[in-house]
Amino acid sequence: MNIIVCIKQVPDTSEVRIDPETNTIVREGVPSIINPFDENAIEEALLLREQHGGKVTVISMGPPQAEAALRESLAMGADEAILVSDRCFAASDTLATSYVLSTAIRAIGEYDLIFCGKQAFDGDTAQVPPGIAEQLGIPQITFTIGLEVDGRKVRGRRMLESEFEVVEVRMPALVSVVKQINEPRRPGIKAKLAAKKKEVTIWDSACMDIEPCLCGLDGSPTRVVRTFAPTREIKGEKFEGEPAECAAAVIDRLIGQKII
Amino acid sequence: MDFRFTEDEQMIIDAVRELGEEELAPHASEVAEKGEFPYDAVELCREMDLFGIPVEEQWGGLGMGFLMWGTVGELLSYYCQTTGSVFGAHVLGQYPIMAFGTDEQKEKYLAPLTTGEHIGAFGLTEPNAGSDAGSVATRAELHGDRYILNGTKIFISNGGVAQTYVIIANLDPRKGTRGLTAFIVEKGMPGFEFGKDEKKMGWDALPNRELIFQDCEVPVENVLYKPGRGFRVAMDTLGVGRIGMAVGAVGLAQAAFDAAILYAQQREQFGQKIAEFQAIQFMLADMATDIEASRLLYQKAAWLKDQGEAFEMIASMAKVYSSEAVNRVTSQAVQIHGGVGYTCDFPVERYMRDAKLFEIVEGTSEIQRGIISNRLLREHRI
Repeated sequence: MNIIVCIKQVPDTSEVRIDPETNTIVREGVPSIINPFDENAIEEALLLREQHGGKVTVISMGPPQAEAALRESLAMGADEAILVSDRCFAASDTLATSYVLSTAIRAIGEYDLIFCGKQAFDGDTAQVPPGIAEQLGIPQITFTIGLEVDGRKVRGRRMLESEFEVVEVRMPALVSVVKQINEPRRPGIKAKLAAKKKEVTIWDSACMDIEPCLCGLDGSPTRVVRTFAPTREIKGEKFEGEPAECAAAVIDRLIGQKII
Repeated sequence: MDFRFTEDEQMIIDAVRELGEEELAPHASEVAEKGEFPYDAVELCREMDLFGIPVEEQWGGLGMGFLMWGTVGELLSYYCQTTGSVFGAHVLGQYPIMAFGTDEQKEKYLAPLTTGEHIGAFGLTEPNAGSDAGSVATRAELHGDRYILNGTKIFISNGGVAQTYVIIANLDPRKGTRGLTAFIVEKGMPGFEFGKDEKKMGWDALPNRELIFQDCEVPVENVLYKPGRGFRVAMDTLGVGRIGMAVGAVGLAQAAFDAAILYAQQREQFGQKIAEFQAIQFMLADMATDIEASRLLYQKAAWLKDQGEAFEMIASMAKVYSSEAVNRVTSQAVQIHGGVGYTCDFPVERYMRDAKLFEIVEGTSEIQRGIISNRLLREHRI
């Protein structure tokens, strides 16, 4: 089975700082990691390879330093790593990113499954995995918490906000995973040292059949007008007086709002 | 001179820190409280290849020497003292085979100790052979192609849990230390049983067990090095073990210091953080200085060992200094915490109890001073 995993390198912090001038993420001084959900995607690909044999190729679109994330995936056990990197990819939105990644996947050639994390830790859009599937014209199962493979059939259990949904598709297909699907392995020191010596292939736009007008700023219809952290304004209500009176008042209010 | 770690070494340090923060530290107090062997933590260390750091690559190790081994051991002891102690005791069973074993012995015993598939232990101490290690009473007698072992070892770290034991027994008590011989003994060999697991002042999750040999048959090919040369094996192993003790002491001291400097900046008395009082500041300064000096000593001893140079005296200096330093540091950490430091709600009381062991095991402070002064007087003989 040929499996491709798309990963993204993200800053290692849940409190991402935004540059108010450029509305982009501040990367300076923040250590970078593999997007946590993408680690689950790699793990799921490795588990499938262990069961069915085959090859796991990990790709990432990003600046040259994203090579570190790809090396980490090699340490986890991926067979090959490709960094898709070109100055003209900079400032790509989710549409342009999906375009570049799907073009790279076409250039890789044969594949049965594509795995992605459900969304990136920094941008949180969850738009790139469906975007890739659409660009490639293949079925997709997003937010997958459980996966069964039977011949060419792939059955995924999707974790939605209030229910599960089971979807069956035929390969080739794209699957995006949630963190509850598995526990990513922690590579040993030997694997980490060996991964340092492995090759990470680097592809720029010339290596692939890329239309410059479809990537980077030109290929991005999205304009980020402003980025800000939402302020939480939940006002509490205080009931004062004797405990029994307060309790009665609270009950009345809850009944009045049809909560109980 | 260069105190920086290489890129590869730094990568290992970062990986161990991540393991420690995410997996070891959250359970450290619980492991110690329950007093159960930390199988989960050992499995995590095994998966990360941590048991093979100083061993040659030929036997499945990383071939990275004892300085790196010590650095990793310090981190393990810092995050989870029990895991650090298992890691340290393991090498006492592993190192003698690595240093003195034949290729056959290495293939059979060193390789699984290096992957961590097997845990190791070292058996020297007996009721009447503590500081006086030469007076080992466990007997070994040659019968055909087997040695028959009879006797009892006590306080053996990793005892019962370990699969591979290096045991010091005496072939001929009349010859004293020249009768001592090292044997590789496997758990499960007929006549090898485990006795009492000591209840101790600290280190509740580290087994310190009695090993009982009753007509235990050990094949001749399990003699390590040569018959009658077991004292050399034991002394060499203890040299490495002393680096390991200093490593453990530094990890524990650092944990106590970090707890103290955090608490000092949170606790308020007389309208200010107690870290603003000079009395507390000076304690913190002394603690950090003690730790730094201890670390430099074990690093130098390990570095000398890695260079193949005489390291024993510096290892003894590292051991005696760090073991006394960790007692000062943990005591000061409790002092800075005040009343709550004496309760079991904070880990510093456990740190203080654990610290005492370092002045006793692997050669008491008195024995270390004896080793150091003997060496000094030999070097400066007039």
